[in-house]
Amino acid sequence: MGAEFVQFSLTPILIGIFSAIACALPGNFLILRRQALIGDAISHVVLPGIIVAFLITGVTAAIPMLLGAAGAAIVAVILIEAIKRLGNIEPGAAMGVVFTAMFALGVLILEQTDTSRVHLDVEHALMGNLESLIWFQAEGWHSLVDPVALAKLPDELIRIAVVCAFIAGLTLVFWRWLKIATFDEGFAQALGIPAAALGFGLVVTAAVAAVAAFDAVGSIIVIAMFVCPPAAARLMTNRLEHQIWWSVFLATLSAVLGYVLAGYGPLWFGGQNAVSAAGMIAAVSGVILGLACLYGPHRSREGVGRQDIA
Amino acid sequence: MTKLQQPAMAAEDGRATRPAAVPAEAPLAVRGLTVSYGEKPAVFSVDATFPARAMSAIIGPNGAGKSTLLKASLGVIPRLSGEVFIFGQPITKARNRIAYVPQRASVDWDFPTTVIDVVQMGLYRKVGLLGRLSGQMTIRALDCLGRVGMADFAHRQIGQLSGGQQQRVFLARALAQDADLYLLDEPFAGVDAATERAIIDVLKLLKSEGKAVVAVHHDLSTVRDYFDHVFLINVRPIAEGPVSSAFTTANLQAAYGGRLAATHLDELAMVEGR
Repeated sequence: MGAEFVQFSLTPILIGIFSAIACALPGNFLILRRQALIGDAISHVVLPGIIVAFLITGVTAAIPMLLGAAGAAIVAVILIEAIKRLGNIEPGAAMGVVFTAMFALGVLILEQTDTSRVHLDVEHALMGNLESLIWFQAEGWHSLVDPVALAKLPDELIRIAVVCAFIAGLTLVFWRWLKIATFDEGFAQALGIPAAALGFGLVVTAAVAAVAAFDAVGSIIVIAMFVCPPAAARLMTNRLEHQIWWSVFLATLSAVLGYVLAGYGPLWFGGQNAVSAAGMIAAVSGVILGLACLYGPHRSREGVGRQDIA
Repeated sequence: MTKLQQPAMAAEDGRATRPAAVPAEAPLAVRGLTVSYGEKPAVFSVDATFPARAMSAIIGPNGAGKSTLLKASLGVIPRLSGEVFIFGQPITKARNRIAYVPQRASVDWDFPTTVIDVVQMGLYRKVGLLGRLSGQMTIRALDCLGRVGMADFAHRQIGQLSGGQQQRVFLARALAQDADLYLLDEPFAGVDAATERAIIDVLKLLKSEGKAVVAVHHDLSTVRDYFDHVFLINVRPIAEGPVSSAFTTANLQAAYGGRLAATHLDELAMVEGR
């Protein structure tokens, strides 16, 4: 665990951890609101936006990508409304059509364009390129206090760290609103809490997390980050406060274990090559969710449906 | 009999007309209220005034817009037209004076939280977004739980409660709001007899303290025992007034149409003749 680790593994692991946490935090509330698949939908819709932004600017910088993603999200909302109104089609079907169509469009554009200058191709867009986000200038642990080396940290790490801190800050500041409005939206509105705007803000936050995590885990696997750690955390406790901490812990565990297993796991079993770190992170988070389903202390209540009223 | 005249057509163009005199002391008054979920209105052109220091029931058949009337009064669902006055003021200026008990089945009781946490949500208007819950406030929340006989359940996960216990917790949360007007959406739906007794005792105590209670109510057989004032609705307003004069067979038939079973009417007629 020396220079090589700092140079090749430290930054990918950190980016994986920050991505997982940034997605898990809003994921907790999305799951409790029965909106878990919103994260999936968003990650699909933003793909063409990110790619078009890249084609126009020629760089994978944060601001253009976020703007592209936001533009794609707006187009998606307009399309969904149009299909609902003009075709008189139910909302679920309208969303399903728009999300898959926009995602497919993103894949087609990506395939047809020359993106050889940077790491943006179909495989990376779908599954991330965590392994390539290395810290070239690092020569060992002492580089962590070396300003010259620190200045050359991968942009992706800075970006996801800022987004993760931002989302954590939002969660803290709006904690009371989120808790009351997620449990009882009508009561929250009667108290004067802007519940509708809060719900919209939550979806926007999830979209920001999805875009920021794009580098690390790509646009398909990000759904695992939204759903698995919070869902497993729910099975570990009956307190929302504790659930959030559990989700952060399980997200971190998934990222670290997933990265290590992807890099070294195949070698232990006599394989030759490492496997996709993002894929392994998602797989590990799924296994953790499975274990929580089987052995979690509070699994008995989960799955008891809400009593829907007319 | 105080059968209402249909209000003037002025409300139909969507513009709020200057309401007929709204008594400033009326805890809840709505004028020309229309609410619609789709093309068909759920509540159409409703005028209603609920009196102070009284328990009022909102009565009508399923789909008559009872809950909608309550939610639109609170601003929980948007209104198409009309105005709502809480003690003579618009809702945005009177939120601190209202407590609300939504339908028990409208929330997910698997939500990861405890009984005391739910009751403390009623303190939000005092604590604010970032304020700290003082020890005193926690004591008050526990006191509210005690008033509904749930003090021993403070640290239970809410999913472990029975339906009646859930309803008591919701009432305790409303008590924590320390309001002057209590709006309850079907507080007796699906609760056990002991809970119904406990809830009505708490509500009657509130009334004796000078508070106003307005409840959406289903059970016609208990209206005379529990309430002072009724408002009958079937999308349009049917009748309002003291139970003794407005809760009549004729008004019920007007509200329920053919949907009120003959046996039910007989029962009520017997109570009436008592």
